[in-house]
Amino acid sequence: MSAEQAAEHAVEHVADAAGHAAEAAGSGGMPQLDFATFPNQIFWLVVALVVLYFILSRVALPRIGSVLAERTGTITNDIAAAETYKSQAAEAEAAYHKALDDARAAAAKVIDEAKAEIQKDLDVAIAKADTEIAARTAESEVRIGEIRASAAEAVSEVAKDTTKEILAAFEVKADARSVTSAVTAALKGGAA
Amino acid sequence: MDQFIVRPLFGDGDVGVFTITNATLWMALSVLGIALLFIVGTRGRAIVPTRVQSVAELAYGFIHKMVEDVAGKDGLKFFPYIFTLFLFIVFSNFLGLLPKAFTPTSHIAVTAVLAVLVFLTVTIVGFVKNGAGFLSLFWVSSAPLALRPVLALIEVISYFVRPVSHSIRLAGNMMAGHAVIKVFAAFAPLVLISTIGIAVTPLSILAITAMYGLEILVAFIQAYVFTILTCVYLKDALHPHH
Repeated sequence: MSAEQAAEHAVEHVADAAGHAAEAAGSGGMPQLDFATFPNQIFWLVVALVVLYFILSRVALPRIGSVLAERTGTITNDIAAAETYKSQAAEAEAAYHKALDDARAAAAKVIDEAKAEIQKDLDVAIAKADTEIAARTAESEVRIGEIRASAAEAVSEVAKDTTKEILAAFEVKADARSVTSAVTAALKGGAA
Repeated sequence: MDQFIVRPLFGDGDVGVFTITNATLWMALSVLGIALLFIVGTRGRAIVPTRVQSVAELAYGFIHKMVEDVAGKDGLKFFPYIFTLFLFIVFSNFLGLLPKAFTPTSHIAVTAVLAVLVFLTVTIVGFVKNGAGFLSLFWVSSAPLALRPVLALIEVISYFVRPVSHSIRLAGNMMAGHAVIKVFAAFAPLVLISTIGIAVTPLSILAITAMYGLEILVAFIQAYVFTILTCVYLKDALHPHH
């Protein structure tokens, strides 16, 4: 096949295709205007529409409508339930805080009471100890006074005896009474 | 144009009223697809939906909201009807995009019936709900008195043109897209015959791909437009006062 022939062939085919297009555009061959088929199409269309209408209006649409309504209801209910739970949680939290505060107050009270009790016991014990100490001190002072008195007596006794002995040693006659008064006077002067 | 021909599915006879044709088959497939999605897909009635169920719910919510927003609360009575129209059109459009498929919505016979159904429904509802007050739809009370008869004439004409534009828009869009793909497809095998095809074939295939993407968009948009216009017309019937 020569190039010329091929080109000729191609041009023919393009013309053919264009012819098809022209035929398509031309109203002469339009199957849409073949009125013989109209009753058939209209009949089957009406059948299809009636069947469809019943399928949709009797089964499909009520079903979808109820599913959508149910879903809306479920969502609304769930949201309401969530709100309730939330407020319940808030209430529980408040109750928890209140319980905590009450417990703290109760603990503080117990501590105060215990402190007061201990203080009272302590005061009693201190008072008791103080009186005891005072009693002991008084007793000791009495003892010390006695000891001091007896010591002073012993000193005057010893002084008299010593004086008598000394006088006897120096062969001086002296009566006991004057010796005693002289020693007592001397002791007083010494003490003073 | 082969793809648009209505022919008997079994045998070669004429197309009678009750003959099972390719149109019958593809309408039935649409109904089957819708039943699968909306009955089998939602049979779990799950609170947490499966994937198929959530697609069904999405479609339900989409049209339900559209009807409520455009036609108002009292338009919701017509929701099953409008949903039926939307699903039939959207399934027909998308199934028609499968190779070798037949597209019922590319036929004026089908879309005209859909549009006339809407037209009749809207007109009957308008008169039943408002009585003669429905005619105030055509009497623009906000315009100067002298202009009102002229406007009324225009309004009446536009009212009766509605089903025409409503049906031709859908059929025309579906047919045009399929035809354009077909034209590009005719150029695609050129590489088998001629060296010019080395340039033309990849371009055609690219164009087919691009058109196909566009057609996917159009398949949805045309179903959407048909449905929302139905809602707008319904709003006129329920609340005819401007």
